[in-house]
Amino acid sequence: MPEPRAQNAKQKSAAPNLDRLIHERLRLGIISALAANESLTFSDLKSLMNTTDGNLSVHARKLEEAGYISCSKYFEGRLPKTEYKLTAAGRHALENYLNHMESLIKQMRNA
Amino acid sequence: MEPVRLVSPTEPPALHDRAMDNLRYIRETMERATPFTGISGWGEIAIGVTALIASFIAAQQLTFKGWFAVWVAEGLISLLIAGWSMDRKARAVHMALVSGPGRKAVFSLAPPLIAGALLTLVLAQAGAASAIPGMWLLLYGTGVITGGMFSVRAVPAMGVCFMLLGAVAVFTDASYNNWFMAAGFGGLHVLFGAIIVRKYGG
Repeated sequence: MPEPRAQNAKQKSAAPNLDRLIHERLRLGIISALAANESLTFSDLKSLMNTTDGNLSVHARKLEEAGYISCSKYFEGRLPKTEYKLTAAGRHALENYLNHMESLIKQMRNA
Repeated sequence: MEPVRLVSPTEPPALHDRAMDNLRYIRETMERATPFTGISGWGEIAIGVTALIASFIAAQQLTFKGWFAVWVAEGLISLLIAGWSMDRKARAVHMALVSGPGRKAVFSLAPPLIAGALLTLVLAQAGAASAIPGMWLLLYGTGVITGGMFSVRAVPAMGVCFMLLGAVAVFTDASYNNWFMAAGFGGLHVLFGAIIVRKYGG
């Protein structure tokens, strides 16, 4: 994980309301991929994000703890599957983040 | 405190670039993620079933005109089913950002279908109506392959099967035409629709 504290400190001064939770690349990717699908399994996300099991599960859990995504486990035959969905709060967070980026760009254009 | 990193608030252009980069990343990730469910397997199964019914009715027709009318009707019904089922899937996503894959599929399917419509008229006028089913299967296959390039593997694979079937059909006695139509537009749609439902959920 890239030093979150350094990033946080920097982002706080530059952009006070930035949602740091989804600012991180992989987490932003997870949220974006889920926004385009009703649900995705752990292995779908892993191949989409091209990342490792450990990395994905750490970041997915952070998002789950924040209530941005929901996670359910089930069996398909004998294979355990983990399925993720974007929650209303998660969709709202992504929309906020998009607006935030847009307004940043606008500010720079006007400056 | 950690050491200062590359982008600092005193460098507005870099921040601006990063914001652009973030937006691009979100859009690309969403587009990349969409093919997982972009095409509706249930829609394909429904199209296959109506095509099976259509090939049965078409086989009873005594004239080419009657046969042709049945398939034109079936074509329109399929379009409606495809449009409705893809719209339902897109709605489940309800975010304006995603429109890429669906548009790509429509744009790559349209040219071979238009070519097919023109060739149908030409072949019918030239008295070579028996070549029409094979030509339809071939051209539909090309459209599915190109349109499915950005989708899950099952889609272009279905296109290849359509082309193979069409290639055999154009060189086979016309009396088998109704069987080729049933196997292609009916059988292949149901088969691959079921694969998509099973593997990619709905």
